[in-house]
This record gives sequence, structure tokens and C-alpha cells, in this order.
Amino acid sequence: MKVITRLWRSSLGRKFLMALTGIALWGFVVGHLIGNLQVFLGADKLNAYAAFLKSQPGLLWGARLGLLAMVGLHVASAISLSAQNKAARPVDYGNGLPPHASSYASRTMLMSGLIVASFILYHLLHYTLLVPAVNLSGADFAGYYQKLTDGSERHDVYRMLVIGFRHPVVAGFYLLSIALLCLHLSHGLSAMFQSLGVTRFTRLGRDRFAKIVGILIFVGYASIPAAVVLGLIGKEVVK
Amino acid sequence: MKVRIKVWRQKNADSQGAFETYETPTLNANMSFLEMLDVVNEDLSMKGQEPIAFDHDCREGICGTCSLVINGKPHGPHRKVATCQTYMRSFQDGETIVVEPFRAKPFPLIKDLVVNRKSFDQIIQAGGFISVRTGSAPDANSVPVPKINSDLAMDAAQCIGCGACVAACKNASAMLFVSAKVSHLGLLPQGQPERERRVLAMVGTMDELGFGSCTVTGSCEAVCPKDISLDFIARMNRDYGYALIKGEPHRNSAED
Ligand code: HEM
Ligand code: FES
Repeated sequence: MKVITRLWRSSLGRKFLMALTGIALWGFVVGHLIGNLQVFLGADKLNAYAAFLKSQPGLLWGARLGLLAMVGLHVASAISLSAQNKAARPVDYGNGLPPHASSYASRTMLMSGLIVASFILYHLLHYTLLVPAVNLSGADFAGYYQKLTDGSERHDVYRMLVIGFRHPVVAGFYLLSIALLCLHLSHGLSAMFQSLGVTRFTRLGRDRFAKIVGILIFVGYASIPAAVVLGLIGKEVVK
Repeated sequence: MKVRIKVWRQKNADSQGAFETYETPTLNANMSFLEMLDVVNEDLSMKGQEPIAFDHDCREGICGTCSLVINGKPHGPHRKVATCQTYMRSFQDGETIVVEPFRAKPFPLIKDLVVNRKSFDQIIQAGGFISVRTGSAPDANSVPVPKINSDLAMDAAQCIGCGACVAACKNASAMLFVSAKVSHLGLLPQGQPERERRVLAMVGTMDELGFGSCTVTGSCEAVCPKDISLDFIARMNRDYGYALIKGEPHRNSAED
């Protein structure tokens, strides 16, 4: 237990927490993307995948609570370190220039992170808790069922996704948040190597890795609402 | 050539400071930036005004005393160069140059462009030393050092402790300085006995003094007059993580 207090009291300890929780969250972001891309395989595949997750309550709730704890720790260390960083320069420069050689992504990590956090809350209300008030189309997602040939029913996640993303404001906020998440990752994934003391890769290599992964994740996530809005998927749902 | 300088003037720590703009007398383009300030100060003295206080000592880029944030960048426009080795030919004739002191809570302002960097000494006192037997000099080359370690240790030992890394960092973090000192000693056999205590003590003191933390923006490395690499921060983080998890050595166990 003493290790925990030592970690939290030290600025570097909180950086370790941020980096470790950051990797775990990144792992989720990648896994979630791969799962979601099954939307392109059609309603049956996606709904079966969703039903499979629901059929494993132990795993599902373990992952959910674990992720919530990760986000909590990540945000708590981020806010605590940012406050310390702000206090370290009580009188600012008067030259009006951004800190020399720093990237836009690196200067806006707290903001991009906080907006992503607000998106995560919205996203949970929207597609996990299925609160009708936040989907802006008035539909009751909880009432969407797909009938199977054997007569049983399962939640029609595919239909929910298509109807959900057909609203331009919802799709817009989603795209903006994904863009900010990828901006966050384009710096965070590179920073993480340094925070954790990995000296194996050059800074140039780490930065390139982070940017490429950021762009791939953006393209992956953005493709879903884009395909819905452009009518490439889900036509059968809205006819 | 002539330039216009917009300089931070502040009587002392307790008074309110403000920018003042001065037209310089005619300058030789091959004057150093500090010589330009000397000329301006001579001119101010002749006019019965208070000269601008600024820090300087060796004027050859090795002592780490000169400072100044020039047009938003500590140590002026060049890479790997200190203010004292920055020359007026690097500026345009007639240009307005903004000159500010290093800004950080652990670097309190004394006067005009002079700040107190004693917090760096406190960090060094906390762990920037090794224990050696004093007396007659040891035989040369009696302690083998792998070439790669000695090269890296020498790179880290270039740090002149000027504080530009803190001044440049958006978080006023001293990580580049501390990591250079920790790595320089930690890479050599002579630095091993205190290696873990050193990194814990120096990082702890850095936190206590009110420096910020690292967010890997790279500003420090870009302004460092001695080109200290960000990689030393990663190296220190690794040492620190190891020492942190291990904790204080037990009384009845050897340090291993
Ligand atoms: C799915 C969500 C998120 C992922 C995948 C993620 C990922 C990461 C990663 C990998 C890092 C690098 C860790 C390091 O500096 O060593 C990081 C840093 C950071 N994150 Fe997040 N993050 C997420 C959400 C958030 C949220 C909600 C906040 C809100 C405060 C936030 C704020 C920060 C800050 C301030 C940093 C430090 C920036 C730096 O060191 O330059 N992140 N994040
Ligand atoms: S005055 Fe010594 S380094 Fe500039």
C-alpha cells in the first residue's frame, strides 16, 4: 500500500499512472473499434457480437468497472498534475508566442481529454444506458429487437446504431470527439514511452507511430457514422 | 545597425514590473547580445537612468549564468547556443526584440532580468554527488567504464544548469536538468552506490520546490544550449520507477 501513496505523492508517480491507464484505455479504444467495425458485415454479425458480450456478465462488468477506474485515475492524475504545472509559472511571459517547439496536440492535452471525457458520458447515456432523451430522434432504442429464425429475439444494435447516427448533431459531436481523441493519442502514445522509461525508440519514431495510429483510429471510428450518413449501410433499416 | 528592445523592468521582487522600450545606440553586428545590453546600459547611465540588470559571467557558453527569453525563446534564436554566444547579426536592422526574464515559481525574480536559480543548487545538494575516497589520486583507468556509457554520461554532463529548460517548458518543469544530472552520475560506476537514493531525492526535491511535471512537449530540448536529449528523461523515469517500487532499503538487507 505504501507504494500507492509514494506513487501518488510524486509527480513522476502520477505520470506513471497516467501512462499505464492511458495504455489500458488505448487498448480498449482499439478493441472497441474492431468490434464496432462488424457493422459493415451486416445486422446479423453485429447483433450476434453484442448478444455474445451480454451473455458474459462477469467479463462485461469486470471490463466496465475496470475501464471506469482507469478513466477515473487517468483524469484525476491529469487534473492534479495540470494544477501543479499551472502553479509552477505564476507570472506568464508577455511575448504572446506559444511555448517554443511544442505541438498543438501537446499543449491541449487537458482540453482534448476533458472533451473526450464528456463525450464518453454522453456515449454511455446514448448507446449503453439507452436514455431516449439524448438520442435527439425520440426513438426508444431499448425497444429495438431483431427476430431470429428460431423465434427468439435479441437486441437490434445495428438498427440502433443506424438510427442513432442519422441525426446530424449526434454524428457531428461523435466525429468531433473522435478527432479530439485521436489528437490526444497522437501526442499521448508517443509521450507514454518516455513516461514509462522506454529508451529503445527514437523520438521521431515514437511521434510517427503515435500519429499513424491516431489517424488509423480516426478513420476507423469515423467510417461508421460517415457510412450511415452517406447511406452506404443501414438502408434496409430506414426504408 | 540599430534595434529596438522591449525589456522587462522590475525594481525588485515586491514591485510591479512592466515592459520598457529602448532604442539602442548604433551597434556593431558582430557584438554579442550581452554586449548590446552593455552598450544600452552605458547609454542609460549617461542619461542618468538605471541600467538594465542581467546575469552573465563567462560569456563563452560554459558557466550557465546568462539567461533571458529573447523573442519567446530562452537563449535567443539559435539551437545549441547560449545568450552570451548569440550575436546581433542574427537579428534584423531596426527589429523590435522582446527580452524577458526566465519565468518560474522556483526562479523568483530579483531585479529586471535577473532571477534566483538557487533551487537548482538545492536539487544538486539533494543527490547530485558521489562518495569517493579523498586523498591521493587513484590510478588512471583503474575503473573500467563501457565506452557507450562514458559517451552518454559525457553528453549528460554537458548540462551547465542554466535553467533554460525550465524557462521554455509550458509547465516550468525541471525534468531535463534533473535527468541530465541523474543520468550523468547514474551511468558511471562511481555513481552506483547512491543511484536509487539519488533519483528519489532529486525528483522529490524538484517536486517540493514547485517545479511542474513533464508533458513531453520537447521545448526544453529545443532550447538547451548544450543539446541535452529528452531521452535522458526516459532514462531517469526508468530509474525512478524502479527505486519507487523498491522503496527505502531495509536495515537488514544490503542494497542490491
Ligand atoms: C479513451 C480515453 C483516453 C485515452 C485512450 C487516453 C490516452 C492517453 C495516453 C496514452 C496518454 C499518454 C500518457 C503519458 O503522458 O505518458 C495520455 C495522457 C494524458 N491524458 Fe489521456 N486518454 C484518454 C482520456 C483522457 C481524459 C478523459 C482526460 C481528461 C482530463 C485525459 C487527459 C490527459 C492528459 C492531461 C495527459 C497528459 C499529457 C501529457 O503528458 O502530455 N485523457 N492519455
Ligand atoms: S555567460 Fe556563461 S554561459 Fe553565458
